[in-house]
Amino acid sequence: MVDKNLKNDKLIIAGRSFQSRLLIGTGKYNNFEETRAAINASESEIVTVAIRRINLGQSPNEPSLLEFLPANEFTYLPNTAGCFSSDEAIRTLRLARELLDGHNLVKLEVLGDPETLFPNVVETINAAKILVKDGFDVMVYTSDDPIIAKQLEDIGCCAIMPLASLIGSGMGILNPWNLEIIIDKANVPVIVDAGVGTASDASIAMELGCDGVLMNTAIALAKNPILMASAMKKAIESGREAFLAGRMDKKHYSASPSSPAKGLIK
Amino acid sequence: MKVHINGSIKEFKAKKISPEELIIQLNLSGKRFAIERNGEIISKNSFDEIYINDGDKIEIIGAVGGG
Repeated sequence: MVDKNLKNDKLIIAGRSFQSRLLIGTGKYNNFEETRAAINASESEIVTVAIRRINLGQSPNEPSLLEFLPANEFTYLPNTAGCFSSDEAIRTLRLARELLDGHNLVKLEVLGDPETLFPNVVETINAAKILVKDGFDVMVYTSDDPIIAKQLEDIGCCAIMPLASLIGSGMGILNPWNLEIIIDKANVPVIVDAGVGTASDASIAMELGCDGVLMNTAIALAKNPILMASAMKKAIESGREAFLAGRMDKKHYSASPSSPAKGLIK
Repeated sequence: MKVHINGSIKEFKAKKISPEELIIQLNLSGKRFAIERNGEIISKNSFDEIYINDGDKIEIIGAVGGG
């Protein structure tokens, strides 16, 4: 009997087990209530957070993101968004580890260009080496270059997170063939990070065999973020089921009718 | 003394100040934060071993929404 509800199909990252294969960013929402409602609708368990200077002028009662997303309900994934060098990224993640009481699962991204936000893979590799040695479990944002992906795995990163297209672009999966090579060669989870625009993009990523998808803008900037979060949850699940089911072979030149040829009324 | 905190200069009457006292004066008690002095993290269990002095560069960070 096929397990229809995917209950036993866990995403394992650095020894941690997750039911949901949808990882969600917490930026660009209108307020914390909307952030929380969208995350609830997505049923995500891993949420990314950014590390920034604290607002010094705040009132003592000002709510914080982490109060809306308590640590006993979610796994935080502090990121290095906005870092353009390995030094900045390492500094940010060490502060994040201190902030989160020793939590060591992190998302490393080192950007190379403020306009496109393309990753700087040289700086990313440099940072990954140091962070892995320093005891971090590093989930790493990278380009869709299969050689770099493999190098990051060899360094000891616990998940490889290639872009589907540029961060915040919503352009979808631009190079499924590269992603397939990365997935084929990888021995750690491959999670598409960036570029998903709508539900079908997430499904395509999962159908290709990705272990998960990380997204933010596609949900936060949808006209109805909460409904889109629900759509993404279903897209991830249906894509995963289709991948596990194993799609039929494509037949470009010989069509095969689904109804019997025999017994046609003539 | 003058201390750089998150990029702006703050003046204190005291000649040195403990991280604990700094957090109280900045109204951040009870908040989740991490603090760095001149590029070195001040871990929470060394709060009573370190003082912040004139000219120090302090960064106090927290978590915000991000992707």
